[in-house]
Amino acid sequence: MGEIMTTSLILAVETSCDETAAAVIQNGNEIRSSVIASQMESHQRFGGVVPEVASRHHVEQITLVMEQALAEADVSPDDLDAVAVTEGPGLVGALLVGISAVKAAAFAWDLPVLPVHHIAGHIYANHLVEELTFPLMALVVSGGHTELIYMEDHHSYEKLGETRDDAVGEAYDKVARTIGLPYPGGPEIDKLAGTAEPELALPRAWLEEGSLDFSFSGLKSAVINTLHNAEQKGRTVDPAVLAASFQEAVCDVLVTKTMQALEQRPVRQLVVAGGVAANQGLRAGLEEAAAGQEWKLSIPPLALCTDNAAMIGAAAHQQWLKGQKADDRLNGMPGLPLPLTSSS
Amino acid sequence: MRMLSIDTSTYCLSAALTEDRERIAEITTNIKKNHSLRLQPAVRTLMEETGWKMKDLEAVGVTAGPGSYTGVRIGVTSAKSYAWALDIPLYAVSSLELLSYSGRGFHGLVCPFLDARRGRVFTGLYAYDDGHMQQVEEDRNTSMEDWLERLQREEKPILFVSPDADVFRSTICGALPEAFFTERGDYHPGVSMIRYAVERQEPVDTHAFVPNYTRLAEAEAKWREQYGN
Repeated sequence: MGEIMTTSLILAVETSCDETAAAVIQNGNEIRSSVIASQMESHQRFGGVVPEVASRHHVEQITLVMEQALAEADVSPDDLDAVAVTEGPGLVGALLVGISAVKAAAFAWDLPVLPVHHIAGHIYANHLVEELTFPLMALVVSGGHTELIYMEDHHSYEKLGETRDDAVGEAYDKVARTIGLPYPGGPEIDKLAGTAEPELALPRAWLEEGSLDFSFSGLKSAVINTLHNAEQKGRTVDPAVLAASFQEAVCDVLVTKTMQALEQRPVRQLVVAGGVAANQGLRAGLEEAAAGQEWKLSIPPLALCTDNAAMIGAAAHQQWLKGQKADDRLNGMPGLPLPLTSSS
Repeated sequence: MRMLSIDTSTYCLSAALTEDRERIAEITTNIKKNHSLRLQPAVRTLMEETGWKMKDLEAVGVTAGPGSYTGVRIGVTSAKSYAWALDIPLYAVSSLELLSYSGRGFHGLVCPFLDARRGRVFTGLYAYDDGHMQQVEEDRNTSMEDWLERLQREEKPILFVSPDADVFRSTICGALPEAFFTERGDYHPGVSMIRYAVERQEPVDTHAFVPNYTRLAEAEAKWREQYGN
């Protein structure tokens, strides 16, 4: 470090779902500023994110958050080396607001645009706390993703397992709605689960022998059936017990599969990424499993688990070092795959 | 005033450089291709062809909608960001007013409209007197049936300007047998025309500016129906 070519100042923008976010990141690991305008309150009344409503809110906020990020970092556009933006995956209309804004500003300032994969961003959130050490395993858990990813080096991704149906965060939100908890349901279930014992036996989907894939739809249905059956028999189920049992089943599968992945591929670091990384049950389960292991467990602080632009700037720095930039035709890619290095 | 103007509210993509009343360069295409892929390349081409620098610009102009939600958002977001990044004023003009300039030589009324699905249209009514635009009816989102009833009260001939003329041609001709239409594919006058509209306007607040969708998001409309505002 210390060489001129390795220092960067990047303005990063993230608008893939319901947060309009901008950040200024120095050298890929120092947060000079991180601004988030959340739309959560607006979507709460719908019980989920409404794409058209999200896109409209992004337009209201986009230049404001970019300006605020520069101001809080005490940086002028002349100081910047590049502007980074989430290319995908996400809601296409929402992605397009960030992408349009970044392409225009970067062209006005004569700066390169760095296109960042949203999940790469979540993994690189850890780099803002402590340096990523390779090879590493990433457990990506969010409302849209449940994946085990092996990384040999920076921006080298090998997917070892993924969900075959619901993403884990999605299962949380659906179960929360069934129990009658407000949106977003994940944190609510997590809170409630901490108040009771997991007394109900709920199924775990292990799938075929050796598979590192996940499935949560059966578990979700089991929760719904448990409530339904009790209702028909005129009994009530304690929502806290149900939440605790559901959470235990989810964490059991996530932790066990992650440990199986680590047996197949020894690594130096396990990083947890995505909104569900904020889950207390999962954190506790992984911390317990990590005790005495050779690898180090890294879970970013809560504020870096949910969508933010700082993580986009962290991931962008490595792309900047390699000279990977977008051209004028950069478009929103709702189903953008990670740049996989090899098939598995 | 050196101005960059952009319009992506319909299938047409149009980007132009103007200086005061003079059109310096303009790109307008009428093909069904993604605006996100094509807007920035068009702006770059304009700059390269003219030798202008972004920092020489003194204003940005954009069509505010109505139109395709995503299309309007790409144009408005890009324009906001250009204006903010260069710290220059942003001017916004109705996308229907822009289309109405296609009828600026027409002696009568000009009715630009866009298909808003399920028998509805985004539309307004304009008139040109010796090149001077006059708004007869404000832009709105209405059923074509109601709109035609309103137009039947006009005595002057009416020119319909629309990329979606074919969708409503028989309905319009049924209500107004004397209706005129622009030639197919010839509805867009080029976004440089908004330089005339900008002369009559104050710039908008760049940060706060949002498209004029003329319609709530569907989920929002349903929610308000159920719970009020």
